[in-house]
Amino acid sequence: MAEYVLETRKLSKEFKGFSAVKDLNLQVERGHIHALIGPNGAGKTTVFNLLTKFLTPTTGTILFKGIDVTREKPADIALRGVIRSFQISAVFPNLTPLENVRLALQRATGTSYHFWRSDRCLDKLAGRAMELLDSVGLAEFSGEITGELAYGRKRALEIATTLALEPELMLLDEPTQGMGAEDVYKITTLVKQASVNRSILMIEHNLKVVATLADRITVLQRGAILAEGPYAEVSQDPRVLEAYMGVHP
Amino acid sequence: MNRLVWIALIILGLLAPYVVYPVFMMKLLCFALFALAFNLLLGYTGLLSFGHAAFFGSASYITGHLVRNSGLTPELGVLGGTLFAGLLGYVVGSLAIRRQGIYFAMVTLALAQIVYFIALKAPFTGGEDGLQGIPRGFLFGLIDLNRVYVVSGRPLGLNLYYFVFAMFCLGFWIIHRTIHSPFGQVLKGIRENEPRAISLGYRVDRFKLMAFVISAAMAGLAGATKSLVFQLSSLTDVSWHTSGEVVLMTLLGGVGTVLGPLVGAFTVVTLQSKLSSVGSWITVIIGGIFVVCVLVFRRGFVGELARLLKRSL
Repeated sequence: MAEYVLETRKLSKEFKGFSAVKDLNLQVERGHIHALIGPNGAGKTTVFNLLTKFLTPTTGTILFKGIDVTREKPADIALRGVIRSFQISAVFPNLTPLENVRLALQRATGTSYHFWRSDRCLDKLAGRAMELLDSVGLAEFSGEITGELAYGRKRALEIATTLALEPELMLLDEPTQGMGAEDVYKITTLVKQASVNRSILMIEHNLKVVATLADRITVLQRGAILAEGPYAEVSQDPRVLEAYMGVHP
Repeated sequence: MNRLVWIALIILGLLAPYVVYPVFMMKLLCFALFALAFNLLLGYTGLLSFGHAAFFGSASYITGHLVRNSGLTPELGVLGGTLFAGLLGYVVGSLAIRRQGIYFAMVTLALAQIVYFIALKAPFTGGEDGLQGIPRGFLFGLIDLNRVYVVSGRPLGLNLYYFVFAMFCLGFWIIHRTIHSPFGQVLKGIRENEPRAISLGYRVDRFKLMAFVISAAMAGLAGATKSLVFQLSSLTDVSWHTSGEVVLMTLLGGVGTVLGPLVGAFTVVTLQSKLSSVGSWITVIIGGIFVVCVLVFRRGFVGELARLLKRSL
């Protein structure tokens, strides 16, 4: 039996009688890039919010590395090594990219509650922060105001910030959404690089990206799994073609 | 900021009583510290408290009580007032940070109104009269804070002034250090993007609560010092007017800037004192200035200046 880094059992979420997610059994294998796809309103982002505890499930359990984390708080799950990104770019706009990454690195130093110390004690993190920025091609922008960066660069910064925490499992919510072809290629490469030694669960609309990256794909429809398997298999499934691409075979 | 600017400001502060009426100057410093404490919360954590007078005022009462009725020395009285405000901040903060935005502001306002009501009804606060005739006493039991020096024909209460100035500098330093600390970095992260800060593994509620307590304690330090300057703790100190005034000062000067609250407090207090002859019209005038400020220079005096100079002030 394969080892699952993340597993959900009969996970459900209801909003006032409407079930956004229904009896979901999702398994992410360690080391995989796992893609979650499905038409709009299929419940993909709800699943992410459940997994990262931004929403509380109505019923069901979530296991991370076999440990039940269903009742934990968002920050707890992050401390366990599950770091998420958001649909809209999640950066700190009025800080510099260097400060963005440093804020993630800072957590491990254990000084985050030290209000009596000068922030110059964070200078020692600058080297590692620059390395991470360099790895996503942002070294030359390290001192700019993040809010003024181009969209693709903000997404790249987000990945660098996430990587700073050395997560075991990265959850990426539409990392290439709203990007031009060139940026899509860049982010695809970055995700591929980032997947070394860790597992990734990503929501993605761009099927080309999914085809290139994903080891395994889960197709959601109306909060339930429609199909699951490797790309070649799933993309030929007639139910998927109909539901997801509107093609009637 | 530039080291020279700091030195210049300190020298100005040291020389001020020789030029400006010292009691007026001390009032400025107390309200400036109050606004700085408030700005730590609004400008650097993104939390709008509408009940900060509760901390300012309660510290004023506690210090007044400790010094007048328990006969403590002024520095212990101020310490007691500050600690009490911090404790009250912990209680109010614990309840308020469960909500966000306007609801946060409403909870702080409601709890501050409870404090106001207690101040009005409780026997030890003097009700409508407040605590009057608070003695300034001897600092560390040695230095007479009432002592008046005659400098070129003017009587100056320099001992008291320098005590107040020292309290102001201490408060300013603590706030400034908090902003520029690893803790302050996380606060900025929370202000900028709270969900992201959570997803990086920061328990934001603890950070918010700690910022709230520090802010409340520093507002308390300002109120405690004020009670010694005017030898009075009154209902005005805990009223919602005072809570609103500190919001006004911070916004006028520039929220999220180091010097903004200072400039804002100086502006409002100076206007109040210069225009005191027009009576209640003063509220209308300051309101008008506030409207112009919001319409024309939204970032406040210092905020706009910082933008022009392209650096943080």
